[in-house]
Amino acid sequence: MQKNWWKYLCSILIAVIYLLPIYVIVVTSLKPVTDHSSRLSLPRTLYWQNYINVLGDGGLLNALKNTAVISVGVVMIEVIVGCLAAYPIARNRSKFNHVIESLIMGVMMIPPLSIVVGVYSTLVSLNAISTYWGIILVIAAFNLPMSIYLYIKFIRSIPVSLDEAAAIDGAGIMQVFFYIILPQLKPVTVSVIIMRGVAAWNEYAYSLYILQQKEMYNITLTVKQYFSENMSDLNSAAAGAVVATLPMIIIYLFLQKYFIKGQLDSAVKG
Amino acid sequence: MKKRNGKMNLLYIPALLLLGLFVVYPFAQEIKVSFFKWNGYSQNMKFVGLNNFIDVFHDKNFWTAFRNTLVYGIGSTILQNIFGLAVALLVDTKYFGNKFIRTITYMPIMISGLIMGYIMYYFLSFDNGVLNDIIAVFGFGPKDWLRNPVIGVLAILIVNSWQFAGNCMIIYLAGLQNIPKVYYEAAAIDGVGKFACFRHITLPLLVPSISTAVILNLIGGLKLYDVIISLTNGGPGHSTESVMTYISNRYFQAEKAGYASAIGICIFLFILLVSIIMNSYFDRKEVEL
Repeated sequence: MQKNWWKYLCSILIAVIYLLPIYVIVVTSLKPVTDHSSRLSLPRTLYWQNYINVLGDGGLLNALKNTAVISVGVVMIEVIVGCLAAYPIARNRSKFNHVIESLIMGVMMIPPLSIVVGVYSTLVSLNAISTYWGIILVIAAFNLPMSIYLYIKFIRSIPVSLDEAAAIDGAGIMQVFFYIILPQLKPVTVSVIIMRGVAAWNEYAYSLYILQQKEMYNITLTVKQYFSENMSDLNSAAAGAVVATLPMIIIYLFLQKYFIKGQLDSAVKG
Repeated sequence: MKKRNGKMNLLYIPALLLLGLFVVYPFAQEIKVSFFKWNGYSQNMKFVGLNNFIDVFHDKNFWTAFRNTLVYGIGSTILQNIFGLAVALLVDTKYFGNKFIRTITYMPIMISGLIMGYIMYYFLSFDNGVLNDIIAVFGFGPKDWLRNPVIGVLAILIVNSWQFAGNCMIIYLAGLQNIPKVYYEAAAIDGVGKFACFRHITLPLLVPSISTAVILNLIGGLKLYDVIISLTNGGPGHSTESVMTYISNRYFQAEKAGYASAIGICIFLFILLVSIIMNSYFDRKEVEL
């Protein structure tokens, strides 16, 4: 214990640095806007009105629903399209497929916002502004190379002899894929769902331009609105930020080990 | 078998369609627009050749944004890697509470960069800001932190590094756990000191982790966007803008679609060049070991 004192000192320091912002926002959300005490002080009574304000006007609940729809849509497309695409690239290593693979990985190099003009004008001509499918397909497309990469890496670690044995027994391509490959993809699929789900939940840059109608707003846009319209009521805004953030924090605390695995899987040199 | 392979290739067609429609086609569109003067919505497009690109090089605000982008990219890379490695070294040792520290350092990554910026606004705001409360204890008067361009850039850099240092920590922790314990035991028998152990065993064997973490952070930092919007919105003036925020500012606020496209193409080429250089540098480094 005495030998370890410096570890505890460092740990306390890190804990303060990391928990203070969360403490401040929670405490602020529980104080009335008229309370001008320091943001570091605890509230005298728990004031829930801020939460009632942000949940009551319906905007935030609707935003949570929109964000959930978008995140689920993005994750489903990335999982289904991603593993389907990875299978032939991982297994059928022709020159042509090597070119396809490099092309897909090349797309990973394009920063989404650097082509905002092209994407936005394309979406306008497709009438995709303020639609679920517009934002879902754009987020999914930009993140797809990453999920394809993860699936390729994983499928290549499954012995080819399994596919061949099944093929000799007369299984078609889809049968091999569904009965031999797919059941083994569970661990990497968990990583894709978790990493891409969080990214879709917190997406802001493209949502800002694609989701223009208020009833289509996701949580980041709604929270932004609280902060820009209600600069006088920062306490309700804090309650909004807490509600928007809480789902991901809770999921993280329960599924921590999958997040860490997902982080390591997707730590590729882009 | 050949026919079978051909049929199998059909499976990546959905992926190619998705990427083609929402990334490759817009990319081509972007290149085309960059040669035109266009407000972003009218039918009226005027071909101006390379003028947009020439304008980029003469735009003072672009160079400010570019310099900030380098500060955000390189600065976050340095801060996150040093802090991430330090926390990883700490958490890697056995003591009560190491799992808790690991959990909370990774936790801010769950929060949107935009919302994190707003949370930090409670610390940096002039009225009732936490930072002003803290300096008041030492007898200093309140300051309007985000009105100062230099402090604005630093605040964005620190908030971003703080939020994402957990990424590095996880990568380094995995790297540390992969180093065989026998090396340290052998070194201990030879009477090697703790610092020498770190310098000659830990650090060289961490090079793959370092290269991954550095490249990830650098590219991530060069793309920084969300936290800038919520903390300073690029202001005061354009002084804390990054290239990414400047592109959307030029496109949506100034309605200069052609010019915004030209900046987009330039920064794409720059990031591409950086990642090629970094990858080949670290590949050589890993081979040397």
